[in-house]
Amino acid sequence: MRVNFTVNGRKQEADDVWEGESLLYVLRERMGLPGSKNACEQGECGSCTVRLDGVPVCSCLVAAGQVEGREVVTVEGLADYAKHREDAHPGGGCASGACGTSIDAAQRWQAKPVDGQTGEAGALSPIQQAFIDAGAVQCGFCTPGLLVAADELLERNASPSDQDIREALSGNLCRCTGYEKILDAVRLAAARQEEAV
Amino acid sequence: MATTGTPTNITQGSKTKGGIGESTLRPDGTLKVTGEFAYSSDMWHEDMLWGQTLRSTVAHAEIRSIDISEAVAMPGVYAVLTYDDLPTEVKNYGLEIQDTPVLAHGKVRHHGEPVALVAADHPETARRAAAKIKIEYVELPVITDEASATAPDAILVHEGRDDHHIGHVPHPNIVHRQPIVRGNADEAAKRADVIVKGEYTFGMQDQAFLGPESGLAVPSEDGGVELYVATQWLHSDLKQIAPVLGLPEEKVRMTLSGVGGAFGGREDISMQIHACLLALRTGKPVKIVYNRFESFFGHVHRHPAKLYYEHGATKDGKLTHMKCKIVLDGGAYASASPAVVGNASSLSVGPYVIDDVDIEAIALYTNNPPCGAMRGFGAVQACFAYEAQMDKLAAKLGIDPVEFRQLNAMEQGTIMPTGQPVDSPAPVAELLRRIKARPLPPEQQWATAGEQADVRALPGGLSNTTHGEGVVRGVGYAVGIKNVGFSEGFDDYSTAKVRMEVVGGEPVATVHTAMAEVGQGGVTVHAQIARTELGVTQVTIHPADTQVGSAGSTSASRQTYVTGGAVKNTCEHVREAVLEIGRRKFGSYHPAWATAELLLEGGKVVTDGGEVLADLVDVLEDEAVELELEWRHRPTEAFDLRTGQGNGHVQYSFAAHRAVVEVDTELGLVKVVELAVAQDVGKALNPLSVVGQIQGGTTQGLGVAVMEEIIVDPKTAKVRNPSFTDYLIPTILDTPTIPVDVLELADEHAPYGLRGIGEAPTLSSTPAVLAAIRNATGLELNRTPVRPEHLTGTESS
Repeated sequence: MRVNFTVNGRKQEADDVWEGESLLYVLRERMGLPGSKNACEQGECGSCTVRLDGVPVCSCLVAAGQVEGREVVTVEGLADYAKHREDAHPGGGCASGACGTSIDAAQRWQAKPVDGQTGEAGALSPIQQAFIDAGAVQCGFCTPGLLVAADELLERNASPSDQDIREALSGNLCRCTGYEKILDAVRLAAARQEEAV
Repeated sequence: MATTGTPTNITQGSKTKGGIGESTLRPDGTLKVTGEFAYSSDMWHEDMLWGQTLRSTVAHAEIRSIDISEAVAMPGVYAVLTYDDLPTEVKNYGLEIQDTPVLAHGKVRHHGEPVALVAADHPETARRAAAKIKIEYVELPVITDEASATAPDAILVHEGRDDHHIGHVPHPNIVHRQPIVRGNADEAAKRADVIVKGEYTFGMQDQAFLGPESGLAVPSEDGGVELYVATQWLHSDLKQIAPVLGLPEEKVRMTLSGVGGAFGGREDISMQIHACLLALRTGKPVKIVYNRFESFFGHVHRHPAKLYYEHGATKDGKLTHMKCKIVLDGGAYASASPAVVGNASSLSVGPYVIDDVDIEAIALYTNNPPCGAMRGFGAVQACFAYEAQMDKLAAKLGIDPVEFRQLNAMEQGTIMPTGQPVDSPAPVAELLRRIKARPLPPEQQWATAGEQADVRALPGGLSNTTHGEGVVRGVGYAVGIKNVGFSEGFDDYSTAKVRMEVVGGEPVATVHTAMAEVGQGGVTVHAQIARTELGVTQVTIHPADTQVGSAGSTSASRQTYVTGGAVKNTCEHVREAVLEIGRRKFGSYHPAWATAELLLEGGKVVTDGGEVLADLVDVLEDEAVELELEWRHRPTEAFDLRTGQGNGHVQYSFAAHRAVVEVDTELGLVKVVELAVAQDVGKALNPLSVVGQIQGGTTQGLGVAVMEEIIVDPKTAKVRNPSFTDYLIPTILDTPTIPVDVLELADEHAPYGLRGIGEAPTLSSTPAVLAAIRNATGLELNRTPVRPEHLTGTESS
């Protein structure tokens, strides 16, 4: 089958998709977007977390056919997604829930290409930078999913308590860090966001 | 106790930014947060096929027949391989003993053993084709424990063993046995006022790294193969892969792909040989990626163990003697079992002074899943048992458990049961003092917070099972000792190639090693070492491959010590060569070139007095200095096979934990509230990474205390829970705050005085949590992990 959907702001078309393929498989193997990770492929570990029409989902549990006509944001598009949000709603997230990114708005931005040669990406989103600065990345396999989940948390709750962070990230397994530096990273991103207001 | 010992006096590089001791950030950090970092499962090649492994559905059986005809006939299938297709006489591999078949030959010895391979143009096609292969098994009785393995009429898991351990083991179903006898335990026991005996069980833990086994093999024009793979030791893989393929090692070109964690589970070969076989057979690139289910069968686990301990002590709290027997289940193939036995026996006494010991450790061959390396490597199981013993002794003597440990704590100069003196700081008592001195987290937050009480902080969490009713608190302590580096006489070297040249008007150092970066931050540290030793800020880390000499394994807490040591050593030689060029070019202009101690700082040659003699750009011009050198730590010796005596270890590493838990006694739910740790790291080359390692190791210890266990059916030897739905690892809700206290007491024998750090925190974490649960509940709890039914007394059977 053919599936049309938007990934990181760009219209995409996938051909010859077998009905059993997941969104994760299509992203990784057909779209050249391997950032979303395949650690358990049964929705337990969160490594494949993406935004589907703004909602964080395990892309391994979404059949590719279900995303027809919908919006997907992956870790590869996170920096631009965050930049767009900042442009549209200066000051970052809000607890009221009234300042998430509308699908309409999401359609107007595009992810910038990453230079595969040097590995130098465009500017990082605040949560990406905070993960690096806080030492929240070791092997990094859980990182893409955690970033998408943490970014979504900060979008709806600008100053989460530790328990809020733990609850929001409880669907994302990490085997390297013991989570302490991940908590640090989310706290750091929240603090920087607050400072910037 | 002497807590002096500043790390080795570091002059060179102290004025250059980003050197050792700073928390510089990971060079791969940006790639990892943008999704651009190429893990082994992300590799892609035009015209690529997908490989699939068919694994045995039974644990122990003869294979009567294999019918591949339907699989071969499927459209999209390019190759189906079985044992008969192996190209050379070398059909087995193994880390130490080559007892593991590449594909099963006439017999399978454990559940999930590879029997056949398929390559197809879509992974689902490959899976379906594999399912069409018909295998006729005739099941054999299963060997599952010590009794069934050593029974007089026991079936031999491996017939006709000819490995170098067979001569000294009491039964062919025992892989290796290491006794250690020192002093006279029976005599010393007579001095004991109290004697404590205990029998302990340690469950089978999985490394559960998040990045599944995976890689891409690409056939090359010269008949060789390129392999991109996630591993812990490229050169060890290479030695095992090349003979099976019938290729010289130089025709198997290996490059490390991004590694999604390892923890010991990537020491053994998984899909490496299989992907190469399929690529060479089809002439096409072949990618193999295990899913989580297959990953549980695709690598070895931590040895489950039975441990029998006896300790004695005098009434004033001094240990008199220790006797123990440690039985490790090695499963169907040897993997790292012999070395795990050596560690378990030589570290079985813990970080304590006991002169009279009688120790025995064995690893069994059974039909259970093969077990081998996992973080802590034999020392973990022992620590769980001896720390339980310490608490029992302290309780019997009416002495505070921390004080009792401190009374018997080893220190620099203590003689190990192997006769080896501990010749660098061993701050066991100090580590315990530090964690005990920490303020305890506030009690009964649910009572004081009233309506504001957060159920997420209580046992059961969001399940909202209690608001404090039935919840009791406990506090427990533990301390452990781990060896660093490969022991028992192994030639444990590493190689580093370093190049220094001017690029774009700036001096740049390139560091090339075969070290497997598995997340630990070795690449960060290598750049720091190069900056410190060469006084430059620009350092490029070359990808790890087999075009440079071996770096040894990313295991045994050894890479910062050994490959870090190799990088330091090569840099020192490069520095000397650069200075020699400088002397040649500029020596006649300034007498200091000949007389002063010269340093490289901030891209310049300076005297130790700080005078600038030349810019490195002018010294090097268009010349490049490049050296590749091997480096070794001081040698070790094998343990005597009868007495266990020998200077077998390179270095020791110590950590201590205090666990605070809250237990819902009605439901048997445990909430670990805080898990504080103190560890001596010798010298923190990168403090941020050091703390990350300690917290990560602590959390794996927590996992095996309260949730992690591979359940193997004792009747069929089949694995019951190969998934993250049924094998639980700690989530961020299960993991408490982990305050870390880092000591830096230099080991004068090690580069920069550093101590390998990765494993020690995994040891004492588990017994500390167990001690806290015992303290809360009053239960004996001689097994780990603890499950709810152990706490509520509702266990069936």
